[in-house]
Amino acid sequence: MRRALYLLPVVLFLGLAAVFLYQLSFGRDPRDIPSVLINRPLPPLDLPGVPGRDDIGLKSEHITGQVSLINIFGSWCVACVAEHPMLLQIRKTGLVPVHGIDWNEKNPEDGSRWLKRNGDPYDRVGLDLGPPKTNAAIDFGVTGAPETFVVDASGNIRYKHTGPITPEVWTDTLAPMIKELQKP
Amino acid sequence: MIVETGHFALILALVVAVAQASVPLYGAQRRSAPLMAVAAPAALAQFALIAMAFGALTYAYVVSDFSVVNVAANSHTDKPLLYKITGVWGNHEGSLLLWITILAGFGMAVSAFGRNLPPSLKARVLAVQAMIAVGFLLFILLTSNPFARLDPAPMNGNGLNPLLQDPGLAFHPPFLYLGYVGFSMAFSFAIAALIEGRVDAAWARWVRPWTLAAWVFLTCGIALGSWWAYYELGWGGWWYWDPVENASFMPWLLGTALLHSAVVVEKRDALKSWTILLAIITFSFSLLGTFLVRSGVLTSVHSFAADPARGMFVLGLLVLCAGGSLTLFAMRAPELKAGGLFAPISREGALLLNNVLMSTATGTVLLGTLFPLFADALELGKISVGAPFFNSVFVPLMVPMVMAMAVAPLLSWKRGDLMAALGRLKLALAATVAAAAASWLIMGGDDRPLWAAAGMALAAWLFFGTLSEWADRIRLFRAPLGDSMRRAFRLPRAAYGMTLAHVGLAIVIAGITGSSAWKVESVQVMRPGDVARVDGYDFQLQSVHPITGPNYTGEGAIFVVSKDGRQVAVLDDAEKRQYSQPPRPTTEAAIHTTWLADLYAVIGEADGKGGYVTRLYHNPLIPWLWIGALTMVLGGLVSLSDRRHRVGAPARKPAAARAMQPAE
Repeated sequence: MRRALYLLPVVLFLGLAAVFLYQLSFGRDPRDIPSVLINRPLPPLDLPGVPGRDDIGLKSEHITGQVSLINIFGSWCVACVAEHPMLLQIRKTGLVPVHGIDWNEKNPEDGSRWLKRNGDPYDRVGLDLGPPKTNAAIDFGVTGAPETFVVDASGNIRYKHTGPITPEVWTDTLAPMIKELQKP
Repeated sequence: MIVETGHFALILALVVAVAQASVPLYGAQRRSAPLMAVAAPAALAQFALIAMAFGALTYAYVVSDFSVVNVAANSHTDKPLLYKITGVWGNHEGSLLLWITILAGFGMAVSAFGRNLPPSLKARVLAVQAMIAVGFLLFILLTSNPFARLDPAPMNGNGLNPLLQDPGLAFHPPFLYLGYVGFSMAFSFAIAALIEGRVDAAWARWVRPWTLAAWVFLTCGIALGSWWAYYELGWGGWWYWDPVENASFMPWLLGTALLHSAVVVEKRDALKSWTILLAIITFSFSLLGTFLVRSGVLTSVHSFAADPARGMFVLGLLVLCAGGSLTLFAMRAPELKAGGLFAPISREGALLLNNVLMSTATGTVLLGTLFPLFADALELGKISVGAPFFNSVFVPLMVPMVMAMAVAPLLSWKRGDLMAALGRLKLALAATVAAAAASWLIMGGDDRPLWAAAGMALAAWLFFGTLSEWADRIRLFRAPLGDSMRRAFRLPRAAYGMTLAHVGLAIVIAGITGSSAWKVESVQVMRPGDVARVDGYDFQLQSVHPITGPNYTGEGAIFVVSKDGRQVAVLDDAEKRQYSQPPRPTTEAAIHTTWLADLYAVIGEADGKGGYVTRLYHNPLIPWLWIGALTMVLGGLVSLSDRRHRVGAPARKPAAARAMQPAE
């Protein structure tokens, strides 16, 4: 009886460890706090173009009508460099238009220089230098770059991916979702 | 080249640690002195190699070598030198390297200061210490290499989260790690004792200073972290029951319990298996904290980049370390000889009560911290457990403990006389009632919460109770003054340590009560010239002006505070900063302290019409939190300086017994 008492700590601990193991293997990522914007219409967009690229910019009407991706990036963001080849590849597949929001640059021209150097995967790019002029990133609830939003044909946000799009994220999550949304 | 040397040194350290973990252990089993003697030089070599690796990473940060992924991801050339250096541990990989550097440092300290340890105990302790090092070195080398290169190297780095670019936060991780890792000493001693099958007063005498040192560091680290949260987050609060805060608080609660139960083992040879269990659990909770913060199973405002693969590795380490040691405990502890018996009302009984309450408190904090996880596993949805839960279970546990804390030191060992002890606290009781009534009246009578007066009474009870115990010991006012003075000088430093630590806690309790009951907050939009009244203080926003720092720009505000028309303070360093790299905003609160209360002002967003959102606070007694925590730390240091800790153990070896002869 007394010996059983001494076993209690290790038994309790192993129970706890089992919960941790379960959570690590099957649990949902606690960081995926679903964005409040999911299944809501896109916030209105009216961003100027990136000087040196074009001056059309990114406006709400550019996005509605077909499934598209909106990618938040910046020339200052190291993870965006890592993500870039994947975006170029997505562009090559022609599956879905990719729009960019060039966010939080020190100089307005930084984004176009960065795109010239690394390749330009975007259809439209809007420049968001932050408040007071533009605040798209705030409207989108962006917490960092890169972040990518999937928008359906009627202009509703359907998914948000935080962090770089890796080949796994693309083939396992984004591509199937986009194909599903593109079905008439 | 230097970076590769660092990486190589880390691999060599792993080789040394493997040798240190196995050879001395085998030697102790075979009673082979040469094999046991491997432990001490191995611990030195292991520390030298790991320190070299740490130096190499620091070098890469100082020269901004962006071909190192870790530097590129966390540093920037514009960053002030201080934050380049503290940036070394402001990320997952670097902080692990700091962790293991400290672990090896403690190992080295045992080999340097542990000359009077019996050779077999020393060999086993260092071997266990090296086992932990092997686990963490593997973790670093296999999943979190801080020396990985980046090709091509970027022109500049990503920068350090500006919230971390602050002296309070920059220096609190090293203190926390000194605390967490310090508890590994008690752990290693406990495992060594289980292997030896022997726990006695001498063992407790060796363990106590290490535990005490770890406790001092952890107290310092938690206080620094809390101070940082207070002035940097800009919400006027100082404790949020955030999972990461809890992860540091649980080892502190258990470490405090361990400190007290080790006293019982040392003085009375009782509570032995319980003390061993506490030593194991305290360090396991330090590891659990590491796991919770780094695996991503819980979110928190300050988690490091969470990664499930790393989480799996730390979980493996946790299972090996805690699971293995608890299994060893289940096998060996029943054989430990039970020591002295005692009555429930006795010094031992009171210390046991402390232990039970502290452990229960830890259990509730653990439950609250992990509840979201259980809820998620049981498909109850995402639940977050907030301050109301913690406050409603934690406070009722602490109240009886603090009430007993004033009485316990007056009880004698084995069998105490509660009535006699209470009788000696008559003066303290009178002072308590007076303090409670005074605080209630001063703070404005019946429109203030009554529980605040109860909180102040509790603080006063502990404060005056502890002081009367001290007065009792030196027979103040009952013996001639000279006699009392002589007694005061003769009192061991460990006794002063206890008095200071308990008084410190009393001050902290007053601070907690004051800051939660009487805090007055006011949020409004103000234009320059506007006045807002907060708890009788008039805050006038005098001006808002642009500011430029080395790596940020922003706006600074000047507030002039007056009371009854008389100016009492100028708060001229409230700032809203926008850092350039990474681009993030921070707030810097302007704080004016009178040591009785803080005036606290934060400036927020502009409303575009010339006004600014401002948050203004009058925070009574907040400074007492820091004063109290410092007093507790001071108590720990004074106790640590007691020569009885340094000259080692009472028995076991005649040589040690000779060293015990007083010098005077």
